[in-house]
Amino acid sequence: MSKWLPKSAAARRWLGLTPAYVMIGIFMLVPISIMAVYSFLEPNPYGGVLPEPSVAAYVKLFLEYDLEDNLVFNPGYINIIFRSFQLSIMATVICLVMGFPVAYYITLQPENKRNIYIYLITIPFWTNLLIRTFAWIIILGRGGVIETPLLNLGIIDDSLKMMYTDGAIAIGLTYSYLPLMVLPIYASLEKLDFRLLEAASDLYSSRFQIMTKVVIPLCKPGIVAGCILVFIPCIGAFIAPNLLGGGKKLMLGSLVQFQFASARNWPFGSALSMLLLSAVVVALIFYARSARKKEYIQGTA
Amino acid sequence: MTERDLKSSNMAKAKALPVGHYRGLGVWNFFFMVFLYAPIAVLIFYSFNANRMVINWTGFGVEWYIKAFNNEDIQDAVWNSLIVAFVATGVATTIATIGALILARGGNFKGKTASLGLMMLPLMVPEIVTAVAVLIFFATIGLNWGLGNVIIAHITFCIPFAFMPIRARLEGMDTTMEQAARDLYASEWETFRYITVPMLMPGIVAGAMLSFVISLDDFIITLMVGGAGSTTLPVYIYSMIRRGLTPEINAVSTLLLLFSVAIVTAYWFVSKKSNTKTVH
Repeated sequence: MSKWLPKSAAARRWLGLTPAYVMIGIFMLVPISIMAVYSFLEPNPYGGVLPEPSVAAYVKLFLEYDLEDNLVFNPGYINIIFRSFQLSIMATVICLVMGFPVAYYITLQPENKRNIYIYLITIPFWTNLLIRTFAWIIILGRGGVIETPLLNLGIIDDSLKMMYTDGAIAIGLTYSYLPLMVLPIYASLEKLDFRLLEAASDLYSSRFQIMTKVVIPLCKPGIVAGCILVFIPCIGAFIAPNLLGGGKKLMLGSLVQFQFASARNWPFGSALSMLLLSAVVVALIFYARSARKKEYIQGTA
Repeated sequence: MTERDLKSSNMAKAKALPVGHYRGLGVWNFFFMVFLYAPIAVLIFYSFNANRMVINWTGFGVEWYIKAFNNEDIQDAVWNSLIVAFVATGVATTIATIGALILARGGNFKGKTASLGLMMLPLMVPEIVTAVAVLIFFATIGLNWGLGNVIIAHITFCIPFAFMPIRARLEGMDTTMEQAARDLYASEWETFRYITVPMLMPGIVAGAMLSFVISLDDFIITLMVGGAGSTTLPVYIYSMIRRGLTPEINAVSTLLLLFSVAIVTAYWFVSKKSNTKTVH
Protein backbone atom coordinates (compact mmCIF):
# COMPACT_ATOMS: atom_id res chain seq x y z
CA MET A 1 0.00 0.00 0.00
CA SER A 2 2.66 2.49 1.00
CA LYS A 3 4.46 1.74 -2.29
CA TRP A 4 1.72 3.54 -4.18
CA LEU A 5 1.89 6.65 -2.05
CA PRO A 6 4.20 9.45 -3.08
CA LYS A 7 7.52 9.55 -1.21
CA SER A 8 7.78 13.25 -0.35
CA ALA A 9 5.90 14.55 2.67
CA ALA A 10 4.60 17.56 0.76
CA ALA A 11 3.11 15.45 -2.02
CA ARG A 12 1.41 13.14 0.50
CA ARG A 13 0.09 16.11 2.37
CA TRP A 14 -1.64 17.55 -0.65
CA LEU A 15 -2.88 14.15 -1.80
CA GLY A 16 -4.49 13.57 1.59
CA LEU A 17 -6.06 17.00 1.84
CA THR A 18 -7.37 17.05 -1.73
CA PRO A 19 -10.67 15.23 -1.00
CA ALA A 20 -11.55 17.77 1.70
CA TYR A 21 -10.48 20.67 -0.54
CA VAL A 22 -12.54 19.31 -3.41
CA MET A 23 -15.68 18.74 -1.35
CA ILE A 24 -15.65 22.00 0.58
CA GLY A 25 -14.13 24.01 -2.28
CA ILE A 26 -16.48 22.86 -5.03
CA PHE A 27 -19.62 22.45 -2.99
CA MET A 28 -19.21 25.39 -0.63
CA LEU A 29 -16.74 28.07 -1.81
CA VAL A 30 -17.73 27.90 -5.49
CA PRO A 31 -21.49 28.04 -4.72
CA ILE A 32 -21.00 31.06 -2.45
CA SER A 33 -18.94 32.78 -5.18
CA ILE A 34 -21.65 32.07 -7.77
CA MET A 35 -24.19 33.46 -5.32
CA ALA A 36 -22.10 36.64 -4.98
CA VAL A 37 -22.12 37.03 -8.78
CA TYR A 38 -25.87 36.33 -8.98
CA SER A 39 -26.59 39.10 -6.51
CA PHE A 40 -25.37 41.54 -9.20
CA LEU A 41 -27.57 40.16 -12.02
CA GLU A 42 -31.14 40.73 -13.18
CA PRO A 43 -33.80 38.30 -11.92
CA ASN A 44 -35.50 35.93 -14.34
CA PRO A 45 -39.23 36.02 -13.55
CA TYR A 46 -39.38 32.21 -13.91
CA GLY A 47 -36.61 31.63 -11.39
CA GLY A 48 -32.88 31.89 -11.99
CA VAL A 49 -31.15 34.95 -13.41
CA LEU A 50 -30.69 36.87 -16.64
CA PRO A 51 -27.07 37.59 -17.57
CA GLU A 52 -27.35 41.36 -17.26
CA PRO A 53 -25.32 43.21 -14.64
CA SER A 54 -27.43 45.16 -12.18
CA VAL A 55 -27.38 46.49 -8.66
CA ALA A 56 -31.17 46.33 -8.48
CA ALA A 57 -31.05 43.60 -5.82
CA TYR A 58 -29.12 45.82 -3.43
CA VAL A 59 -31.18 48.90 -4.28
CA LYS A 60 -34.30 46.89 -3.46
CA LEU A 61 -33.13 46.66 0.14
CA PHE A 62 -33.89 50.36 0.66
CA LEU A 63 -35.89 51.65 -2.29
CA GLU A 64 -38.84 50.68 -4.43
CA TYR A 65 -40.61 52.07 -7.46
CA ASP A 66 -43.88 53.83 -6.70
CA LEU A 67 -46.82 53.99 -9.14
CA GLU A 68 -45.19 56.79 -11.14
CA ASP A 69 -41.91 54.90 -11.46
CA ASN A 70 -40.06 57.09 -9.00
CA LEU A 71 -37.66 55.49 -6.57
CA VAL A 72 -38.91 56.01 -3.04
CA PHE A 73 -37.67 54.82 0.32
CA ASN A 74 -39.15 51.49 1.37
CA PRO A 75 -38.69 50.61 5.03
CA GLY A 76 -40.13 47.07 4.65
CA TYR A 77 -36.91 45.14 4.19
CA ILE A 78 -34.92 47.44 6.47
CA ASN A 79 -37.45 46.61 9.19
CA ILE A 80 -36.94 42.89 8.66
CA ILE A 81 -33.15 43.28 8.81
CA PHE A 82 -33.51 45.43 11.90
CA ARG A 83 -35.82 42.88 13.53
CA SER A 84 -33.33 40.09 12.75
CA PHE A 85 -30.55 41.92 14.55
CA GLN A 86 -32.82 42.98 17.39
CA LEU A 87 -34.16 39.46 18.02
CA SER A 88 -30.74 37.83 17.60
CA ILE A 89 -29.13 40.22 20.08
CA MET A 90 -32.07 39.74 22.45
CA ALA A 91 -31.79 35.94 22.26
CA THR A 92 -28.02 36.16 22.76
CA VAL A 93 -28.41 38.31 25.87
CA ILE A 94 -31.12 36.04 27.33
CA CYS A 95 -28.92 33.01 26.65
CA LEU A 96 -26.02 34.71 28.42
CA VAL A 97 -28.10 35.69 31.46
CA MET A 98 -29.64 32.22 31.70
CA GLY A 99 -26.52 30.26 30.77
CA PHE A 100 -23.71 31.93 32.71
CA PRO A 101 -24.94 31.04 36.23
CA VAL A 102 -25.55 27.47 35.06
CA ALA A 103 -22.06 27.14 33.58
CA TYR A 104 -20.67 28.54 36.83
CA TYR A 105 -22.79 26.21 38.95
CA ILE A 106 -21.62 23.19 36.96
CA THR A 107 -17.98 24.23 37.47
CA LEU A 108 -18.50 24.10 41.25
CA GLN A 109 -19.76 20.50 41.13
CA PRO A 110 -17.63 17.36 41.65
CA GLU A 111 -16.45 15.78 38.42
CA ASN A 112 -19.01 13.00 38.00
CA LYS A 113 -21.88 15.45 38.50
CA ARG A 114 -20.28 17.89 36.08
CA ASN A 115 -20.24 15.24 33.38
CA ILE A 116 -23.91 14.47 33.91
CA TYR A 117 -24.90 18.14 33.68
CA ILE A 118 -22.85 18.65 30.52
CA TYR A 119 -24.48 15.57 29.03
CA LEU A 120 -27.93 16.96 29.91
CA ILE A 121 -27.09 20.27 28.27
CA THR A 122 -25.66 18.72 25.10
CA ILE A 123 -28.58 16.33 24.50
CA PRO A 124 -31.11 18.96 23.32
CA PHE A 125 -28.47 20.42 21.02
CA TRP A 126 -28.15 17.13 19.14
CA THR A 127 -31.86 16.55 18.81
CA ASN A 128 -33.82 17.88 15.89
CA LEU A 129 -34.26 21.65 15.94
CA LEU A 130 -37.50 21.49 13.96
CA ILE A 131 -39.03 19.15 16.53
CA ARG A 132 -37.86 21.23 19.46
CA THR A 133 -39.37 24.36 17.91
CA PHE A 134 -42.59 22.49 17.11
CA ALA A 135 -42.87 21.68 20.83
CA TRP A 136 -43.15 25.42 21.48
CA ILE A 137 -46.21 25.62 19.22
CA ILE A 138 -47.92 23.17 21.58
CA ILE A 139 -46.85 25.26 24.56
CA LEU A 140 -47.53 28.78 23.30
CA GLY A 141 -50.23 28.12 20.73
CA ARG A 142 -53.94 28.82 20.88
CA GLY A 143 -55.45 26.44 23.42
CA GLY A 144 -51.94 25.26 24.26
CA VAL A 145 -50.28 24.11 27.45
CA ILE A 146 -50.02 27.62 28.92
CA GLU A 147 -53.37 28.97 27.79
CA THR A 148 -55.72 26.11 28.55
CA PRO A 149 -55.30 25.97 32.33
CA LEU A 150 -55.51 29.76 32.59
CA LEU A 151 -58.71 29.75 30.52
CA ASN A 152 -60.20 26.93 32.56
CA LEU A 153 -59.43 28.66 35.84
CA GLY A 154 -60.95 31.86 34.51
CA ILE A 155 -57.76 33.87 34.98
CA ILE A 156 -57.94 34.95 31.35
CA ASP A 157 -61.01 34.93 29.16
CA ASP A 158 -59.46 35.30 25.74
CA SER A 159 -56.49 33.78 23.91
CA LEU A 160 -53.21 35.32 25.02
CA LYS A 161 -52.13 35.45 21.35
CA MET A 162 -48.59 34.46 22.21
CA MET A 163 -47.88 32.84 18.86
CA TYR A 164 -46.74 34.83 15.84
CA THR A 165 -45.11 37.51 17.96
CA ASP A 166 -41.54 38.72 18.30
CA GLY A 167 -41.58 37.29 21.83
CA ALA A 168 -42.41 33.81 20.55
CA ILE A 169 -39.54 34.00 18.05
CA ALA A 170 -37.15 35.21 20.78
CA ILE A 171 -38.14 32.28 23.03
CA GLY A 172 -37.70 29.87 20.12
CA LEU A 173 -34.25 31.25 19.29
CA THR A 174 -33.16 31.22 22.93
CA TYR A 175 -34.33 27.65 23.35
CA SER A 176 -32.63 26.56 20.10
CA TYR A 177 -29.17 27.80 20.90
CA LEU A 178 -28.92 27.88 24.70
CA PRO A 179 -26.45 24.94 24.86
CA LEU A 180 -24.10 26.84 22.55
CA MET A 181 -23.81 29.53 25.23
CA VAL A 182 -23.25 27.26 28.23
CA LEU A 183 -20.61 24.97 26.75
CA PRO A 184 -17.87 27.51 25.84
CA ILE A 185 -18.42 29.44 29.10
CA TYR A 186 -18.10 26.18 31.03
CA ALA A 187 -14.95 25.30 29.06
CA SER A 188 -13.28 28.56 30.11
CA LEU A 189 -14.58 28.44 33.71
CA GLU A 190 -13.25 24.91 34.08
CA LYS A 191 -9.70 26.25 33.63
CA LEU A 192 -10.27 29.01 36.18
CA ASP A 193 -7.88 28.84 39.12
CA PHE A 194 -10.10 29.06 42.18
CA ARG A 195 -7.15 30.13 44.36
CA LEU A 196 -7.49 33.52 42.69
CA LEU A 197 -10.94 33.83 44.22
CA GLU A 198 -9.50 32.96 47.63
CA ALA A 199 -6.82 35.59 47.13
CA ALA A 200 -9.41 38.22 46.17
CA SER A 201 -11.46 37.29 49.21
CA ASP A 202 -8.44 37.54 51.51
CA LEU A 203 -7.82 41.00 50.09
CA TYR A 204 -11.31 42.02 51.22
CA SER A 205 -13.16 41.74 47.91
CA SER A 206 -16.91 41.37 48.29
CA ARG A 207 -18.66 38.43 46.63
CA PHE A 208 -19.94 40.80 43.98
CA GLN A 209 -16.45 42.13 43.31
CA ILE A 210 -15.03 38.62 43.07
CA MET A 211 -17.57 37.87 40.37
CA THR A 212 -17.23 41.11 38.39
CA LYS A 213 -13.50 41.75 38.85
CA VAL A 214 -12.07 38.21 38.87
CA VAL A 215 -14.38 35.52 37.47
CA ILE A 216 -15.99 37.41 34.59
CA PRO A 217 -12.80 39.03 33.23
CA LEU A 218 -10.99 35.67 33.35
CA CYS A 219 -13.68 33.79 31.47
CA LYS A 220 -14.38 36.60 29.00
CA PRO A 221 -13.07 34.56 26.04
CA GLY A 222 -15.67 31.89 26.83
CA ILE A 223 -18.41 34.50 27.12
CA VAL A 224 -17.42 36.07 23.80
CA ALA A 225 -17.25 32.65 22.12
CA GLY A 226 -20.68 31.73 23.51
CA CYS A 227 -22.22 34.99 22.32
CA ILE A 228 -20.77 34.55 18.80
CA LEU A 229 -21.88 30.91 18.64
CA VAL A 230 -25.44 31.90 19.58
CA PHE A 231 -25.61 35.06 17.50
CA ILE A 232 -24.49 33.49 14.19
CA PRO A 233 -27.20 30.82 13.91
CA CYS A 234 -29.81 33.27 15.28
CA ILE A 235 -29.22 35.87 12.60
CA GLY A 236 -29.69 33.26 9.87
CA ALA A 237 -32.48 31.35 11.62
CA PHE A 238 -35.30 30.00 9.52
CA ILE A 239 -37.20 27.50 11.64
CA ALA A 240 -38.06 29.71 14.64
CA PRO A 241 -39.33 32.72 12.62
CA ASN A 242 -41.12 30.40 10.20
CA LEU A 243 -42.95 28.26 12.76
CA LEU A 244 -43.35 30.71 15.64
CA GLY A 245 -43.48 33.94 13.61
CA GLY A 246 -45.95 32.43 11.19
CA GLY A 247 -44.67 34.05 7.99
CA LYS A 248 -45.77 37.48 9.18
CA LYS A 249 -42.79 38.23 11.36
CA LEU A 250 -40.00 37.51 8.92
CA MET A 251 -36.31 37.43 9.75
CA LEU A 252 -33.36 37.49 7.33
CA GLY A 253 -33.22 33.69 7.13
CA SER A 254 -36.88 33.24 6.33
CA LEU A 255 -36.78 36.17 3.89
CA VAL A 256 -33.92 34.48 2.00
CA GLN A 257 -35.84 31.21 1.86
CA PHE A 258 -38.94 33.05 0.63
CA GLN A 259 -36.99 34.60 -2.28
CA PHE A 260 -36.01 31.15 -3.54
CA ALA A 261 -39.09 29.14 -2.67
CA SER A 262 -41.91 31.52 -3.60
CA ALA A 263 -40.90 34.98 -4.81
CA ARG A 264 -38.43 33.61 -7.38
CA ASN A 265 -36.15 36.59 -7.09
CA TRP A 266 -32.76 34.89 -6.97
CA PRO A 267 -30.60 38.04 -7.17
CA PHE A 268 -32.46 39.60 -4.24
CA GLY A 269 -32.19 36.36 -2.26
CA SER A 270 -28.49 36.24 -3.08
CA ALA A 271 -28.01 39.86 -2.02
CA LEU A 272 -29.74 39.11 1.29
CA SER A 273 -27.51 36.05 1.75
CA MET A 274 -24.44 38.20 1.12
CA LEU A 275 -25.68 40.62 3.76
CA LEU A 276 -26.14 37.72 6.18
CA LEU A 277 -22.71 36.38 5.38
CA SER A 278 -21.09 39.77 5.96
CA ALA A 279 -22.80 40.03 9.36
CA VAL A 280 -21.27 36.64 10.24
CA VAL A 281 -17.83 37.68 8.98
CA VAL A 282 -17.97 40.85 11.12
CA ALA A 283 -18.92 38.74 14.16
CA LEU A 284 -16.08 36.29 13.48
CA ILE A 285 -13.52 39.10 13.03
CA PHE A 286 -14.68 40.54 16.35
CA TYR A 287 -14.20 37.12 17.92
CA ALA A 288 -10.75 36.60 16.37
CA ARG A 289 -9.63 40.03 17.60
CA SER A 290 -10.78 39.40 21.16
CA ALA A 291 -9.07 35.98 21.11
CA ARG A 292 -5.83 37.58 19.89
CA LYS A 293 -6.03 40.23 22.56
CA LYS A 294 -6.28 37.48 25.16
CA GLU A 295 -3.18 35.77 23.76
CA TYR A 296 -1.35 39.07 23.93
CA ILE A 297 -2.32 39.59 27.57
CA GLN A 298 -1.25 36.06 28.46
CA GLY A 299 1.99 36.54 26.54
CA THR A 300 2.95 39.61 28.50
CA ALA A 301 1.89 38.27 31.88
CA MET B 1 -11.06 19.61 43.93
CA THR B 2 -10.24 20.12 47.56
CA GLU B 3 -9.11 23.71 47.07
CA ARG B 4 -12.55 24.57 45.80
CA ASP B 5 -14.15 23.16 48.88
CA LEU B 6 -11.62 24.68 51.25
CA LYS B 7 -13.20 27.13 53.54
CA SER B 8 -11.74 30.56 53.63
CA SER B 9 -9.11 31.09 56.32
CA ASN B 10 -11.10 34.05 57.42
CA MET B 11 -13.45 32.64 60.09
CA ALA B 12 -16.04 35.37 59.70
CA LYS B 13 -16.47 34.40 56.08
CA ALA B 14 -16.34 30.69 56.74
CA LYS B 15 -19.69 30.89 58.46
CA ALA B 16 -21.29 31.99 55.19
CA LEU B 17 -20.99 30.20 51.86
CA PRO B 18 -17.48 29.18 50.78
CA VAL B 19 -15.70 31.71 48.57
CA GLY B 20 -16.87 31.56 44.99
CA HIS B 21 -20.22 30.03 45.89
CA TYR B 22 -23.37 32.06 45.42
CA ARG B 23 -26.86 31.65 46.79
CA GLY B 24 -29.57 30.50 44.39
CA LEU B 25 -27.27 28.94 41.82
CA GLY B 26 -28.72 25.48 42.42
CA VAL B 27 -32.28 26.74 42.06
CA TRP B 28 -31.33 28.64 38.91
CA ASN B 29 -29.74 25.49 37.49
CA PHE B 30 -32.87 23.50 38.33
CA PHE B 31 -35.17 25.89 36.47
CA PHE B 32 -32.72 26.00 33.59
CA MET B 33 -32.97 22.23 33.21
CA VAL B 34 -36.76 22.44 33.44
CA PHE B 35 -36.76 25.05 30.64
CA LEU B 36 -34.50 22.78 28.57
CA TYR B 37 -36.54 19.61 29.01
CA ALA B 38 -40.14 20.72 29.57
CA PRO B 39 -40.85 21.28 25.85
CA ILE B 40 -39.48 17.85 25.02
CA ALA B 41 -41.58 16.30 27.78
CA VAL B 42 -44.69 18.10 26.49
CA LEU B 43 -43.99 16.87 22.97
CA ILE B 44 -43.65 13.27 24.09
CA PHE B 45 -46.67 13.51 26.41
CA TYR B 46 -49.00 14.71 23.63
CA SER B 47 -47.83 11.94 21.29
CA PHE B 48 -50.00 9.65 23.44
CA ASN B 49 -53.06 11.82 22.94
CA ALA B 50 -55.99 9.91 21.51
CA ASN B 51 -57.59 13.05 20.07
CA ARG B 52 -57.23 14.14 16.46
CA MET B 53 -55.92 17.53 17.56
CA VAL B 54 -52.54 17.70 19.28
CA ILE B 55 -53.51 20.27 21.86
CA ASN B 56 -56.89 18.89 22.78
CA TRP B 57 -56.13 16.17 25.32
CA THR B 58 -58.92 13.61 25.56
CA GLY B 59 -57.28 10.39 26.61
CA PHE B 60 -54.32 8.09 26.44
CA GLY B 61 -53.71 6.11 23.28
CA VAL B 62 -50.94 4.77 21.07
CA GLU B 63 -52.94 4.84 17.84
CA TRP B 64 -50.88 7.69 16.42
CA TYR B 65 -47.76 5.56 16.71
CA ILE B 66 -49.53 2.77 14.84
CA LYS B 67 -50.70 5.27 12.24
CA ALA B 68 -47.19 6.68 11.85
CA PHE B 69 -45.73 3.19 11.42
CA ASN B 70 -48.24 2.39 8.71
CA ASN B 71 -47.81 5.70 6.89
CA GLU B 72 -45.99 4.86 3.64
CA ASP B 73 -44.81 8.44 3.12
CA ILE B 74 -43.12 8.30 6.52
CA GLN B 75 -41.51 4.97 5.66
CA ASP B 76 -40.12 6.44 2.42
CA ALA B 77 -38.86 9.51 4.27
CA VAL B 78 -37.16 7.34 6.89
CA TRP B 79 -35.44 5.33 4.16
CA ASN B 80 -34.25 8.49 2.42
CA SER B 81 -32.99 9.89 5.72
CA LEU B 82 -31.09 6.70 6.53
CA ILE B 83 -29.55 6.39 3.04
CA VAL B 84 -28.41 10.02 3.10
CA ALA B 85 -27.08 9.77 6.67
CA PHE B 86 -25.16 6.52 6.05
CA VAL B 87 -23.54 7.59 2.78
CA ALA B 88 -22.77 11.12 3.99
CA THR B 89 -21.31 9.79 7.26
CA GLY B 90 -19.14 7.21 5.49
CA VAL B 91 -17.69 9.64 2.97
CA ALA B 92 -17.36 12.59 5.36
CA THR B 93 -15.66 10.48 8.05
CA THR B 94 -13.16 9.04 5.55
CA ILE B 95 -12.30 12.49 4.20
CA ALA B 96 -12.07 13.94 7.70
CA THR B 97 -9.86 11.09 8.99
CA ILE B 98 -7.30 11.54 6.22
CA GLY B 99 -7.43 15.30 6.61
CA ALA B 100 -7.02 15.10 10.40
CA LEU B 101 -4.06 12.69 10.10
CA ILE B 102 -2.27 15.12 7.83
CA LEU B 103 -3.15 18.27 9.77
CA ALA B 104 -2.25 16.76 13.15
CA ARG B 105 0.76 14.66 12.11
CA GLY B 106 2.10 16.37 9.00
CA GLY B 107 4.15 18.91 10.95
CA ASN B 108 3.99 22.58 10.14
CA PHE B 109 3.56 23.53 6.54
CA LYS B 110 2.54 26.53 4.52
CA GLY B 111 -1.20 26.76 4.32
CA LYS B 112 -1.91 24.70 7.45
CA THR B 113 -4.01 27.40 9.09
CA ALA B 114 -5.87 27.98 5.83
CA SER B 115 -6.52 24.24 5.50
CA LEU B 116 -7.89 24.11 9.05
CA GLY B 117 -10.09 27.12 8.29
CA LEU B 118 -11.40 25.45 5.14
CA MET B 119 -12.26 22.28 7.10
CA MET B 120 -14.26 24.37 9.57
CA LEU B 121 -15.88 26.62 6.96
CA PRO B 122 -19.20 24.71 6.80
CA LEU B 123 -19.61 25.35 10.55
CA MET B 124 -19.25 29.10 10.17
CA VAL B 125 -21.52 29.80 7.21
CA PRO B 126 -25.19 30.11 8.26
CA GLU B 127 -27.16 27.07 7.16
CA ILE B 128 -29.64 29.05 5.09
CA VAL B 129 -26.76 30.61 3.11
CA THR B 130 -25.24 27.17 2.45
CA ALA B 131 -28.68 25.92 1.44
CA VAL B 132 -29.38 28.59 -1.17
CA ALA B 133 -25.77 28.69 -2.41
CA VAL B 134 -25.81 24.94 -3.06
CA LEU B 135 -29.27 25.23 -4.63
CA ILE B 136 -27.98 27.92 -7.01
CA PHE B 137 -24.89 25.85 -7.78
CA PHE B 138 -26.82 22.68 -8.66
CA ALA B 139 -29.28 24.68 -10.76
CA THR B 140 -26.44 26.46 -12.60
CA ILE B 141 -24.49 23.33 -13.51
CA GLY B 142 -27.74 21.45 -14.13
CA LEU B 143 -26.95 18.63 -11.71
CA ASN B 144 -30.15 16.76 -10.99
CA TRP B 145 -29.40 13.54 -9.15
CA GLY B 146 -32.29 13.74 -6.71
CA LEU B 147 -31.11 12.15 -3.49
CA GLY B 148 -27.54 12.40 -4.83
CA ASN B 149 -27.70 16.19 -4.61
CA VAL B 150 -28.82 15.94 -0.98
CA ILE B 151 -26.01 13.48 -0.20
CA ILE B 152 -23.37 15.80 -1.70
CA ALA B 153 -24.62 18.72 0.40
CA HIS B 154 -24.69 16.56 3.53
CA ILE B 155 -21.13 15.27 3.02
CA THR B 156 -19.90 18.86 2.85
CA PHE B 157 -21.44 20.03 6.13
CA CYS B 158 -20.67 16.75 7.95
CA ILE B 159 -16.91 17.05 7.34
CA PRO B 160 -16.19 19.47 10.24
CA PHE B 161 -18.32 17.43 12.67
CA ALA B 162 -16.40 14.25 11.82
CA PHE B 163 -13.11 16.15 11.79
CA MET B 164 -13.27 17.70 15.29
CA PRO B 165 -13.30 14.55 17.49
CA ILE B 166 -10.80 12.76 15.24
CA ARG B 167 -8.35 15.66 15.42
CA ALA B 168 -8.85 15.98 19.18
CA ARG B 169 -8.09 12.27 19.59
CA LEU B 170 -4.98 12.51 17.41
CA GLU B 171 -3.63 15.44 19.39
CA GLY B 172 -4.09 13.58 22.66
CA MET B 173 -2.34 10.47 21.27
CA ASP B 174 1.41 10.28 21.70
CA THR B 175 3.60 8.84 18.97
CA THR B 176 5.72 6.49 21.09
CA MET B 177 3.73 3.38 20.10
CA GLU B 178 4.14 4.19 16.45
CA GLN B 179 7.85 4.84 16.91
CA ALA B 180 8.23 1.53 18.76
CA ALA B 181 6.50 -0.32 15.93
CA ARG B 182 8.79 1.30 13.38
CA ASP B 183 11.84 0.41 15.49
CA LEU B 184 10.64 -3.21 15.49
CA TYR B 185 10.71 -3.24 11.68
CA ALA B 186 7.00 -2.74 11.03
CA SER B 187 6.49 -1.18 7.62
CA GLU B 188 4.84 2.19 7.35
CA TRP B 189 1.59 0.56 6.28
CA GLU B 190 1.68 -2.03 9.07
CA THR B 191 2.29 0.69 11.64
CA PHE B 192 -0.65 2.64 10.29
CA ARG B 193 -2.92 -0.40 10.04
CA TYR B 194 -2.08 -2.09 13.36
CA ILE B 195 -1.12 0.85 15.60
CA THR B 196 -2.47 4.18 14.39
CA VAL B 197 -5.92 3.09 13.22
CA PRO B 198 -6.85 1.04 16.33
CA MET B 199 -5.67 3.84 18.62
CA LEU B 200 -7.56 6.41 16.57
CA MET B 201 -10.74 4.30 16.36
CA PRO B 202 -12.64 5.93 19.28
CA GLY B 203 -12.14 9.31 17.60
CA ILE B 204 -13.30 7.97 14.24
CA VAL B 205 -16.37 6.33 15.78
CA ALA B 206 -17.21 9.53 17.68
CA GLY B 207 -16.80 11.62 14.53
CA ALA B 208 -18.97 9.25 12.52
CA MET B 209 -21.72 9.35 15.18
CA LEU B 210 -21.76 13.14 15.25
CA SER B 211 -21.95 13.30 11.44
CA PHE B 212 -24.74 10.77 11.46
CA VAL B 213 -26.84 12.73 13.95
CA ILE B 214 -26.15 16.03 12.18
CA SER B 215 -27.13 14.56 8.82
CA LEU B 216 -30.22 12.88 10.24
CA ASP B 217 -31.39 16.13 11.85
CA ASP B 218 -30.68 18.50 8.99
CA PHE B 219 -33.75 20.25 7.73
CA ILE B 220 -33.17 23.53 5.95
CA ILE B 221 -30.42 22.41 3.55
CA THR B 222 -32.38 19.30 2.56
CA LEU B 223 -35.56 21.36 2.13
CA MET B 224 -33.86 23.71 -0.33
CA VAL B 225 -31.62 21.23 -2.17
CA GLY B 226 -33.85 18.16 -2.24
CA GLY B 227 -36.43 17.75 -4.97
CA ALA B 228 -39.83 16.08 -4.85
CA GLY B 229 -38.53 12.51 -4.61
CA SER B 230 -35.91 13.16 -1.95
CA THR B 231 -37.99 14.03 1.10
CA THR B 232 -36.18 13.15 4.32
CA LEU B 233 -37.90 12.66 7.66
CA PRO B 234 -37.41 16.22 9.01
CA VAL B 235 -38.66 17.68 5.71
CA TYR B 236 -41.68 15.40 5.88
CA ILE B 237 -42.34 16.42 9.49
CA TYR B 238 -42.22 20.06 8.36
CA SER B 239 -44.84 19.39 5.68
CA MET B 240 -47.00 17.65 8.32
CA ILE B 241 -46.77 20.71 10.60
CA ARG B 242 -47.84 22.92 7.69
CA ARG B 243 -50.86 20.73 7.00
CA GLY B 244 -52.24 20.75 10.54
CA LEU B 245 -51.24 19.61 13.95
CA THR B 246 -52.10 15.99 14.68
CA PRO B 247 -50.48 13.81 17.37
CA GLU B 248 -48.96 11.81 14.51
CA ILE B 249 -46.32 14.56 14.26
CA ASN B 250 -45.56 14.09 17.96
CA ALA B 251 -45.34 10.33 17.54
CA VAL B 252 -42.86 10.53 14.64
CA SER B 253 -40.92 13.30 16.38
CA THR B 254 -40.67 11.29 19.58
CA LEU B 255 -39.24 8.33 17.71
CA LEU B 256 -36.69 10.49 15.86
CA LEU B 257 -35.81 12.19 19.14
CA LEU B 258 -35.20 8.90 20.94
CA PHE B 259 -33.08 7.64 18.06
CA SER B 260 -30.87 10.77 18.16
CA VAL B 261 -30.58 10.60 21.94
CA ALA B 262 -29.52 6.94 21.70
CA ILE B 263 -26.74 7.78 19.23
CA VAL B 264 -25.53 10.78 21.24
CA THR B 265 -25.51 8.70 24.42
CA ALA B 266 -23.44 6.04 22.66
CA TYR B 267 -21.12 8.80 21.44
CA TRP B 268 -20.84 10.08 24.99
CA PHE B 269 -19.64 6.72 26.26
CA VAL B 270 -17.24 6.19 23.35
CA SER B 271 -15.64 9.61 23.79
CA LYS B 272 -15.46 9.24 27.57
CA LYS B 273 -13.74 5.90 27.17
CA SER B 274 -11.29 7.41 24.72
CA ASN B 275 -10.53 10.22 27.16
CA THR B 276 -9.69 7.84 30.00
CA LYS B 277 -7.47 5.84 27.66
CA THR B 278 -5.51 8.94 26.74
CA VAL B 279 -4.82 9.67 30.38
CA HIS B 280 -3.15 6.31 31.03
